[in-house]
Amino acid sequence: MISEKKIEKQIRLSDLQKGDEAHIEGFEDDEGSLVRLRDMGLHDGISLRVIKFAPLGDPIEIKTRGFYLSIRKSLANRILIKKNNGIK
Amino acid sequence: MTNKFNNCETCPVHQSTYLKKLGVNMDKWDYALALAGNPNTGKSTVFNALTGLRQHTGNWPGKTVTRAEGGFIYQEKRYKIVDLPGTYSLLSTSTDEEVARNFILFGKPDVTVIVIDATRIERNLNLTLQILEITDRIVICLNLMDEAGRHQLRIDERILSKELGVPVIPTSARKGEGIDELLRAIHEVANGLYVCKPHHILSGSKSLKRAVSQLVEKIENRFSGISNARWIALRLLEGDPRIIEAVKKGELDNLYQKIENTETR
Amino acid sequence: MKNQVDNIIEKNKITDEQILDTANSLRWDLGENLHDSLLESIYQDAAEISEKVVTKVDEKPRYDWDRTLDRLLTSRWTGFPIMLLMLTIIFWITISGANVPSALLASFLIDTIHPVLKDAAAYLGTPLWLDGLLIDGIYLAMAWVISVMLPPMMIFFPLFTLLEDFGYLPRVAFNLDSLFKKAGAHGKQALTMAMGYGCNAAGIIATRVIDSPRERLIAIITNNFSLCNGRWPTQILIASLFIGSMVPAALGGLVSATAVVAVALLGIVLTFVTSWFLSRTILKGEASTFSLELPPYRPPKILQTLYTSIIDRTIFVLWRAIIFAVPAGAVIWLSANVMIGDQSIGEYIVNFMDPFGLILGLNGVILFAYIIAIPANEIVIPTILMLTVMVLNASGVGEGAGVMFELDDYQTYTELFAAGGWTLLTAINLMLFSLIHNPCSTTIYTIYKETKSLKWTAISTFLPIVMGIAICFFVAQIWRIFVGAG
Repeated sequence: MISEKKIEKQIRLSDLQKGDEAHIEGFEDDEGSLVRLRDMGLHDGISLRVIKFAPLGDPIEIKTRGFYLSIRKSLANRILIKKNNGIK
Repeated sequence: MTNKFNNCETCPVHQSTYLKKLGVNMDKWDYALALAGNPNTGKSTVFNALTGLRQHTGNWPGKTVTRAEGGFIYQEKRYKIVDLPGTYSLLSTSTDEEVARNFILFGKPDVTVIVIDATRIERNLNLTLQILEITDRIVICLNLMDEAGRHQLRIDERILSKELGVPVIPTSARKGEGIDELLRAIHEVANGLYVCKPHHILSGSKSLKRAVSQLVEKIENRFSGISNARWIALRLLEGDPRIIEAVKKGELDNLYQKIENTETR
Repeated sequence: MKNQVDNIIEKNKITDEQILDTANSLRWDLGENLHDSLLESIYQDAAEISEKVVTKVDEKPRYDWDRTLDRLLTSRWTGFPIMLLMLTIIFWITISGANVPSALLASFLIDTIHPVLKDAAAYLGTPLWLDGLLIDGIYLAMAWVISVMLPPMMIFFPLFTLLEDFGYLPRVAFNLDSLFKKAGAHGKQALTMAMGYGCNAAGIIATRVIDSPRERLIAIITNNFSLCNGRWPTQILIASLFIGSMVPAALGGLVSATAVVAVALLGIVLTFVTSWFLSRTILKGEASTFSLELPPYRPPKILQTLYTSIIDRTIFVLWRAIIFAVPAGAVIWLSANVMIGDQSIGEYIVNFMDPFGLILGLNGVILFAYIIAIPANEIVIPTILMLTVMVLNASGVGEGAGVMFELDDYQTYTELFAAGGWTLLTAINLMLFSLIHNPCSTTIYTIYKETKSLKWTAISTFLPIVMGIAICFFVAQIWRIFVGAG
């Protein structure tokens, strides 16, 4: 488990820009919708890419493991990520 | 072949009691099939192909929101098939997946047909591997092979079958391809002509195996006729609070009753 | 002897306590991380297996249609306009496509079969009142519902289904989600709202995809603001008669269509506003998080869809015609033909409601018609027509009081309404009221079945009608201030 302080300083999925690539480092908590994302295939370590933002700015469309997911920013805000540095 | 007929688990009478509790009328049928899988894998198309029915199938996740039932006859045996809403995992708590989850867990169908999207195998295996922990009468329908072709993916179903220990049938349900082979595989598993050896997670861990079998023995003793002691044992060992509550209150039996009341839609 | 056996069985029966104890101690041995290990193992096994099984064949890059489509359908600039365009196109195709079949059905069921039935009744010597009730009231009501409802349903639903199959709907949800979130509702409400355009009852059933009960209720209560197929004929007729007629004939069609789309858009605005209002008052709560997979685009199976859709919808319309149109037809005929003194019941009621109606910018005929049409929106127009005729005691139009009929050209309609005291205000408010009133009985029943709650069914039924009355009232007052008598 990541310590409290470290969680605060972590980058979130909602901080990313269009086109950014990152991989998941953890989730802020164990709430149902986050667990569901895990079930859908978004678990620790997997890579993702931010495809675009919806016309009104929210939600975010990401691509991971070959499928596309639309996530609200409020949820993306609880997903801790680490940017990939240009490595696919 | 082992003594099929002494084993309560394979007795047709035994099966139908559970299914009846789930509102599945088995009066005119020989076998019950569950059609499971992730949302948006073409399950309903497979359902239509098998039953010749025309339930509508839509291209957005969560389209099937109730449990559709149908039937067909193959080799003079009557099969009842239940099309479950898509679910990503048996462990999550979202309510729209409860219908599927409960049926798979507590319904004990004769064969569970898991529909997998050939273009998303890794993601689909999440649910598949979980189901393999519960029952060993499984047929995997590797659907959307035409889409896989469109995306230039080649899938080796024989290796997949070897890895998973269950039959894997490639299909393109919307084109009607592969359905005959699927029917044959279902028939073979249902009639015991093909015995599955499902892949188990952490099968390398001896200590887990020991722990599970110890617990399963006790569970089956206390709750006679329970259909998925192994799954319950795993949940207890994990410390799943809901299951622990259920055991504490002696409510494991009630889980069956509850389903009966929520299924009628 | 039996006791001893029982005792032994009892002693060997494992207790719940024992199970939990065993599980506890085993858990200690295995370590607290079993859950994580199991999950890890599942992911790992899944990755390993799929690695072994899947190979990408051709490295040559193919043109990615999916991405291009997505760029078009969900971009900042083109996303919303395309949605609006799609809505308009679907409306337009349904409306123009349904015209001819509707006329044919009406001519067959009403012009051809109706007289045959009348003759048969006369031949059998049926008493006049029974003949009237059964054939002029009940049969005609059914005939009307079928000819009005069947063609648009058979066009709209397959169209909508094709769109669904193609995969467009999740993109609509994606585009609109932000608005729903601000309104405190769920993104998937976009989908249930869309389904409501075909039939509100179907929209209600579609709300099952929404997990959270709070957000599901919001979707249910506001679904009626989606103009269902049964209300399109009302909108189109009134728009054509009163609005389209104000411009040169060439533009008439376009202008009326725009008016109808405008009403539909108003419905969408009301959906958001009402959702917002509900989530701040009686349905307060947290916006649940929403994640939706955007499936790949799939070419729809056109023939199969048409087949399923058409059979589905035809059965539904026929059922509806029988169950709802029948009593409505009976009521209409009776109210127009049962006399109290020298006036029919219908006239009494209409006169009674007139003052209230006028305050709302409507009239007694419309109000009474809406009461009769609670079962089914489709019969609003014919009921209004029939009641207007009855009130005017107009002769030479139709077949006498209490009989539903089809007028052959717009001229006659216009004259009829003018004689009935209708103005542009009446027309506008009728269109508004048609958008904002109680759900039809099938929908109310469906709401009850889905929510199993009288309270929420009542709210879903009465909230729209209260809003409708309020809005019509305000529009009438403002109109009268600025435009003069209306």
